[in-house]
Order: sequence, then structure tokens, then C-alpha cells
Amino acid sequence: MYVAVKGGEAAILATHDLVAEARRGNEAVPELTVAQIREQQGLACARVMNEGSLYDLDLAALALKQAQGDAIEAAFLMRAYRTTLPRFGSSEPIDTAQMAIRRRISATYKDLPGGQVLGPTYDYTHRLFDFALMDEADGSAGEARPAATALDAAMPRVPDILGAEGLMEAETPPQGDPRPFDLTREPVSFPADRDVRLQAMARGDEGFLLGLGYSVQRGYGGNHPFVGEIRVGEVCVEFVPEELGFSVDLGEITLTECQMVNQFQGSKDVAPQFTRGYGLSFGHSERKAMSMSLVDRALKCREFGEAANYPAQLDEFVLYHSDNVEAAGFVEHLKLPHYVDFQGELELIRRITREREQRLAREQGTLPEAAE
Amino acid sequence: MNAHQTLPADDAKPAYNYAYLDEQTKRMIRRALLKAVAVPGYQVPFGSREMPLARGWGTGGIQVTAAIIGPDDTLKVIDQGADDTTNAVSIRRFFERTADARTTEATEEATIIQTRHRIPEAPLKAGQIMVYQVPTPEPLRRLEPREAETRKMHAWAEYGLMQVKLYENIARFGEVTTTYDYPVMVNGRYVMAPSPIPKFDNPKMHMSPALQLFGAGREKRIYALPPHTSVKSLDFDDHPFRVQSWNEPCGLCGATDSYLDEVITDDKGGRMFVCSDSHHCETRREAGHRGAMLADASALHLVEEVKP
Repeated sequence: MYVAVKGGEAAILATHDLVAEARRGNEAVPELTVAQIREQQGLACARVMNEGSLYDLDLAALALKQAQGDAIEAAFLMRAYRTTLPRFGSSEPIDTAQMAIRRRISATYKDLPGGQVLGPTYDYTHRLFDFALMDEADGSAGEARPAATALDAAMPRVPDILGAEGLMEAETPPQGDPRPFDLTREPVSFPADRDVRLQAMARGDEGFLLGLGYSVQRGYGGNHPFVGEIRVGEVCVEFVPEELGFSVDLGEITLTECQMVNQFQGSKDVAPQFTRGYGLSFGHSERKAMSMSLVDRALKCREFGEAANYPAQLDEFVLYHSDNVEAAGFVEHLKLPHYVDFQGELELIRRITREREQRLAREQGTLPEAAE
Repeated sequence: MNAHQTLPADDAKPAYNYAYLDEQTKRMIRRALLKAVAVPGYQVPFGSREMPLARGWGTGGIQVTAAIIGPDDTLKVIDQGADDTTNAVSIRRFFERTADARTTEATEEATIIQTRHRIPEAPLKAGQIMVYQVPTPEPLRRLEPREAETRKMHAWAEYGLMQVKLYENIARFGEVTTTYDYPVMVNGRYVMAPSPIPKFDNPKMHMSPALQLFGAGREKRIYALPPHTSVKSLDFDDHPFRVQSWNEPCGLCGATDSYLDEVITDDKGGRMFVCSDSHHCETRREAGHRGAMLADASALHLVEEVKP
């Protein structure tokens, strides 16, 4: 085919039709509804909301439907939509201590006020196929019975318990408690502050953060953390409209919060204490929140005067490479035409080869004379 | 270049602003552009937005174009020099859809030319704006991966590392082996990445009467060359900068002074060279220039031959 040929436009339009056909699959099989995805693929929706930086279950479900279940493509749809939304203000800080708990576990205490609440989790399942699910007709769910007693109203966060004893690194807002940085509106500069790092990780790729968190555990960063607490549940989002001057409840969102407890030997000025790794994510997404809290602690190395030798400790490395929409864009741009650059390389390598052969031929031609 | 807010016609979807970006964002980008024009070659950080096209697929250039385009503009979009390469088609359609843009393939008719990897062969004129899509705005990135360090190197004009790299190239291969994105010195101050255009195009940047804007969406940087700015490709006195050349002319239009793409025509080593600038090639054919392989290509209906 000649590049001079016209027709790229028609071919591109045809790809749109083909992908729509591929998305629908066999038309003899009923089409998925957005509500089905929202209700039955909730963990996938949570991932799309996290990496798409937008809390909207219906849109996440729609994105998954449109993207044939491709999480990164779905997150991309969410972000491209989110970027067009007007920003009418910032909510009040949410209070996870007031969370309506669905699940709350601590690995540091056998029992604690509020107790261990296991909630819905795959943790204790055996990964054996449930072939009954193959049967579409079997729509009945296992019936969860309400417990005899309600959960305790007070469910203190584990790091707060440690903090009351003075053993946990205190979280103090920066001077003046400014509004957190928004990396979707402003360019990031380095070294990046913690609000920037946490925002970047909250929307970062779960797989990338999982790998980095794992690397920290295996020795590329050298922290030995304990899960102080993981909690999953609903919190209220409140907003103070300027014209009203008091807060209005906008609704509730499901969150997963993970606080890791790490050792710290202390320094000349600071007594030994535990340090915190923090992870917060939309929906039920424990793996994401745990990975984030591992990397959060690793990235705090500068604050504690620790050496920063490993990828998980380098803010530029983590922030630039954890964004999967950007990463996918740049990796996949290699599919774009590069004829012009490649031609430049071809011209160079052919010329160097030619010149080298000429030089070798010349040298061979002169050798006998040199021997004489 | 004045922005008007319009609603896309007969579109049931939520109405997007003229040229997709909201006016606040456009103002933010224009401020970055003004700063970039004031300090030629300096990379200005900007609040790059998430676009409905993939990062790395021209979102920087798209944001720059969206910030400057108006109803009076005529837009040309090229990729690899051609108007109908896949991504050029996609971006042109984006602006036709969101900005009702008048588009053209004719270089001389365009007021804005968004490009990836080429500068058109036809000389640019005063009043025209080139918008380059930039993947890696930092010319020192391959030498120093840390942004915090490269910003310092630019601040101190500390470009020794780049000189050493070019020198090592010459020591090993007898010449500088960078064939595209060949670093340039702008206005005697900043070393700048010209984006991955072939070095063949570098001389066209020097003292160009057109305004040249560079947008890197993923890396969130904007930089610029105001008209009539000195742009010098880095070299050494004893190894002067030189551009690519070919042994044969364009197979379709016979041009000997344009950048050529290589097209494989069979599996027996058959190949032909054709202008990468598709509009330049067509214009020449319309003017009666005929390359050695035009008749063949025409017989196969691979190009439309214009009878002189």
C-alpha cells in the first residue's frame, strides 16, 4: 500500500462500528444492563472510580460496559468526563472515625473497642469454582442474617488509640491548613508534598502500587509494617455553600481506609515512635488501600531522614509512573505512525554501514603497501 | 483567535464548550503560552487537562490548538507530514466536531497547523501558527531522568552533559547519531527539544516568520518559539550539523528536496520513496511534475493522477 492513498478516514470510521459489534458480542445472549454491572461487579466499579477519580457508580458501570470490562479504558472514560465538570467548591473534610462500618479489622490487637468486624470479604473463602453460578437461573444470594446485637456505636481508629499513648506519629495539617493541592488542575513540582503524593496514589494504578508495595515488603525500601486497621463503610460528605454558611449533607460514599503501623527508631530530636502509612480509596478496595499505605510510608523517607534508594521511595518515580491512563497512552502511542522517524534511522544506519564498508575496503587496499 | 462560546448543533449529549475546553482552562493555557513566548525555549509547566484522546496521542498539541482556535481560523492537521494518517484524521475530526473548525490540507491556506513529527515543506508565512505535539519536552531527559535535576541544569544553562553525549556519538560512530528530536539551542539560551521531527526539518525552525508553539500534555509543559527566533542545532565546528539526504527523488512527484518516506512495494526488495508531506507531493503533481513510479501507482489506482 502506498502512503499516498487516501482512505484513512473511512477505515477509522469502520473501526468504530467494529468495536461496537465486538462489545455487544453474540446478540443471542441478552445485553448487560448498567444496573447489573453496578450491582454485581461492584469491585470492578470501585477500581474504575478510583483510577477515574470520580465517585459515580452508574458512570463507572457504564464505563465498564462501554469498555468491554477494560479497567484502564473505563478509567479513561471517567477522567475525560470528569475533566469537563465544573468545580463548585470543596467538601468539608470527611471523618472516617464516624464511618458506618461494614468491615473493620486490626492485625495489631486481638480485640479492641468495637471489635473485629469481618464483613463481606473473599479472605476466608477457598478459591474453588462455584459451578452453581454457571446456571443463570440460580439468582438467589446466600442469605445474610442480621447479628443478634448491633455494632458498637464507637469504633475508634487504631492509630488514634496508639496516638493517645504518644506512640504514634502525629498527623498535623500544614500551617494554615490550606486546601489540598489538585494535580488535575495544577502542574506538579518536585519534591512533591504529601497531599500531592496521596492524591496521585489514590488515582494511581492498583497493579503498579501493589507491585511497589510488595517491593517495599521484600526489601526494596525496608519497612516492616503492621495493619493497624482496615475499615470499609459509608461516610457522609458535607458541603458548606457560601450563601448558606452552614454545612449541607450531600450524601454518603463508600470508602476503604487502611492505616499501616511502621517502626521508626527515632532520631536525635525525635523519640522512637511508630510511623504511619495511609491509604484511602473509593468503594471496597482493600488491596488498593493497603498498597497505597505501604508506598505512602516509603515515600515519607525524606521526612524521617532515611535514605531514598529504591523506586517506592522516589516521589518522581512513583508519581510519574503510577498514572495508568498516562502510562497506557504513552506506551500505546507506539502504535501510531512513526514512518518519518524510522526513515531517519534507516537513512543513518544505511549510511554508516556503507561508509564502514568503504573504509574497510580502503584499509584492505592499503594493507599490502603498508607491509612493504 | 477570539473565542466564542457556542453549543454544538443538533447534539443531544451534554453540551461541551467551544473547542471542548472550558474558558478558564483556555485562559490558563494562554497565560502559559504568553510566558513561553516571552522566554523562548523555556518549558512552562501548565495544568494539563485530561482529554478525551489518549495521553501521548497529541493531547498537548490539542490543548494548545483548543486554546487559540477561533471561528476565523483554518486548521490543518498532519501526522508524519500527511493529512490522512490515522491520528491526524482523528484530531481533525475532533476540532470539526467541537469547534466547528474550517479545515484544510493546503499548507498556505492554514492559519493553524497542528503537527506530529514534521514541518511542512512549503515555507511558513507570517501570521501562521505551528502547533507541535510533544511527547518528551525535556531534551536532557535521556541523560538525566529526574525532573528536579534537569530544571536546575536549564536554570544554570549547564549543558555540558549534552555536549559530552554528542561528542561520544562522534567518537564512536563518526557523527551524531540522533536523527529526530535533534536538540537545538534557542535564542542562545535554552537547549530545547524540537519534538520528534526529523533533523531534516530543524533548519526550518530557524528565524521562521511563523509562531511556533509546543504542547506536551502528558508531561504538562508548554514552550514556544516566537517568530524570527534563532534556532541552532547543536554541533561542533569540525563536525557541522547536516541533514538527511536521499539518493533518489520522490517516486510520485520527482521532488529532490523533500523528506521522503520509504514504502515497501513487494516482498522481493522492491521499494519506492515518496514525499512524507502528502500535500506538497500532490501540489507538485498537479503542477505537472511526474515521478518515475507515478504511472505504475496510478494504474493500480493507488493515487489519482492529475492530467496536466
